[in-house]
Amino acid sequence: MAQHDDEIRKRQRARATVLGLILGAFVILVFAITIAKIKAGMAH
Amino acid sequence: MSTTTLPMPADWRDFLALTKPRVMTLVVFTGLCGMLAAPTHIDPVLGFTAILCIALGAGAAGALNQWYEADLDAKMRRTERRPLPAGRMDRETALQFGVGLSAFSVILMGLAVNLAAAAILTASILFYVLIYTVWLKRRTPQNIVIGGAAGAFPPLIGWAAATGDVALLPVLLFALVFLWTPPHFWALALFVKTDYAAAGVPMLPVVAGERTTRNQIGLYTIPMGVVALLPWVLHLTGAIYGVVTLVSTLVFAVLALQVATRTTGSDDTMKPEKRLFAWSILYLFIVFGALVADKWIA
Repeated sequence: MAQHDDEIRKRQRARATVLGLILGAFVILVFAITIAKIKAGMAH
Repeated sequence: MSTTTLPMPADWRDFLALTKPRVMTLVVFTGLCGMLAAPTHIDPVLGFTAILCIALGAGAAGALNQWYEADLDAKMRRTERRPLPAGRMDRETALQFGVGLSAFSVILMGLAVNLAAAAILTASILFYVLIYTVWLKRRTPQNIVIGGAAGAFPPLIGWAAATGDVALLPVLLFALVFLWTPPHFWALALFVKTDYAAAGVPMLPVVAGERTTRNQIGLYTIPMGVVALLPWVLHLTGAIYGVVTLVSTLVFAVLALQVATRTTGSDDTMKPEKRLFAWSILYLFIVFGALVADKWIA
């Protein structure tokens, strides 16, 4: 039973880590898109 | 409080497997070629975002396909170890993941790139899930022909991402992938003992027999070759694309003719069929690569 609990915790931690990395990458992407859009706006 | 009553959460790798990552490589490649072949330059960040949305959209469609086909996947050796049939994830989670990822990819494409690309991406996801997976796959041996259209959208989306519009050349690229899919897939179906029959999926070799399948491979190669050469004939591309495509299409035609005109012997190694299948993959990369080279070198 304890082993089952450990496995649940382990999976939840791994999923949370992966999701955190994805959200971090998404923040960087949105920032880069914003810069690109500003540059495009200035070009017009 | 004991948590043993809690079900085991699906591993993150199962979410990745749900998206069928291997299928994404061709989708990303043809989408990128459609974008690079477009006359309009796109900012690299926005270009990257568009390709990312195409990949996420394809992944979402793959997840929804696995949500709907969990029963079929459980009956076939090739697919029984997928997350749903193997019991590592429940269907509700897969459905939510697929719908959420679809919405995210379309919204991001619409906000960051343009509405034309977002609209075509939406159409390709809906086409793959509703038309192919839900409606046709279990009902007609022509399922792979129609389903091929879903794989033909990416060049159109890549072009629309760069130009905000659609033109004749990307439509021809769409038609090329559409007509390429049947010979490609049926060559595979001839030498891979798939258990589609056991799962009740009407695949052409199973439903119509080998001779009809071989004939269809030969027949579809003709319009495929014509469409592949049309961009050159109509002066939409230069000679690099024209010559490279002419040579590689002739090789395709010779291999397809061999497959179309022979019959499987006893303990046959199916070498011509494997050769055609392998060449068909290379062929698409060569033709699209020549398209980009033609644009950037000429």
